[in-house]
Amino acid sequence: MNIIWEWANPRKFMAWTDRALPTIAVLAAIVFVGGLVWGFFFTPDDYRQGATIKIFYLHVPSAMMAINIWVMMLVTSLIWIVRRHHVSALAAKAAAPIGAIMTLIALFTGAIWGKPMWGTYWEWDPRLTSFLILLLFYIGYMALWEAIENPDTAADLTSVLCLVGSVFALLSRYAVNFWNQGLHQGASLSMDEKENVADVFWYPALMAIAGFVLLFITLVLLRTRTEIRQRRLQAIEMRERVQG
Amino acid sequence: MIRLLWRDLTLGVRAGGGFGLGLGFFLILVTLVPFGVGPNAENLAVIAPGILWIGALLACLLSLDRIFALDFEDGSLDLLATAPIPLEGVVAMKALAHWITTGLPLVVAAPALGFLLHLDGAAYRWLIITLLIGTPALSFIGAFGAALTVGLKRGGLLMSLLVLPLYIPTLIFGAEVVRRGADGFLVTTPLMMQAGISAGSVALLPFAAAAAIRIALR
Repeated sequence: MNIIWEWANPRKFMAWTDRALPTIAVLAAIVFVGGLVWGFFFTPDDYRQGATIKIFYLHVPSAMMAINIWVMMLVTSLIWIVRRHHVSALAAKAAAPIGAIMTLIALFTGAIWGKPMWGTYWEWDPRLTSFLILLLFYIGYMALWEAIENPDTAADLTSVLCLVGSVFALLSRYAVNFWNQGLHQGASLSMDEKENVADVFWYPALMAIAGFVLLFITLVLLRTRTEIRQRRLQAIEMRERVQG
Repeated sequence: MIRLLWRDLTLGVRAGGGFGLGLGFFLILVTLVPFGVGPNAENLAVIAPGILWIGALLACLLSLDRIFALDFEDGSLDLLATAPIPLEGVVAMKALAHWITTGLPLVVAAPALGFLLHLDGAAYRWLIITLLIGTPALSFIGAFGAALTVGLKRGGLLMSLLVLPLYIPTLIFGAEVVRRGADGFLVTTPLMMQAGISAGSVALLPFAAAAAIRIALR
């Protein structure tokens, strides 16, 4: 836990990630590719859904990540507001586009999966709709970062937006349940239910999820490093302009 | 604080735009709908609750940047921020003034426009009630969005991108109540949910908006 507070010093963060990133990246590549290959080529077809079940290994992890990345942004935004932890704010900024892409992947794979299963690419189903809304929140968040010049003001305002946005994203999530009955099945990956998917699908799915998590960690560390370097570059340019 | 409310109200009425603009926009939108979907009374009756609610939403959005932008430009927002009343109170009063100048006229005008769209007879009561409950939430959420973008040069477009997703729950429950009311179903649950959203927005968002303004003025 202590290392998170030490990371408030960008130099320590850079030094640590410089050493750890190659390991994490290789691990992410192995688990990610391994999970997907296992899922795609070494699992039997589902007896009802046939080969279309394969897209499950992309759809479910990306959908989980889409939500979890917003939660991570919420946590990092809170850390920034409370402790003025600069790396934390930059990590939130770095995570947003990844989250938006994950949401897009979930929406697209869902559309491809939905065609053979439900006979339609798009249905105004509560879960689909709430993901579309989530995508809008990501876009708004990124747009606000881009619109403000002063980096500290931008970090403050986007953090406030992230907090309020989380509440409203949650509200929308339950509001759309009222608005329309959906096609989605209930949760099939919970730990305590008997109605879980069979083990043959469960283990590769677990590996694919772990692969997505590791991939996200790799990307967010990389992007945060880029943000820090950009910030340093700005500081250098500013200094040169001042010295003339 | 009461005086601030009066100041904003008189400014809204006298300085043109704010008061009539939202209503005019609402009217034009409702006029455009039959041209877009055809004048068939049955079709119109089906989509009337949604159109009226979306119209109210957009009419509200249209006047949002007036809440803080003008005061920010001429510097009176700095004075208000240093005034002896808390900034949260200033935000609440300004949102309230926005509601009185745009939300309340919409509530009054909505039945007439519902008539134009062949809204089902049983739904009028619920249309008025949901608009009365829901439009304060629109004003307060909008005040938060306006506070976020107050220092920006071209904040208007960005603000609609930020505010409209936040409007979604209010819209869903509002239109749902009217739709259920038109079909004669029970409306209690969505109505309670909407009242909850409004109460929460009015109670909490002034704090978020005041925090955003403090950051922008720093």
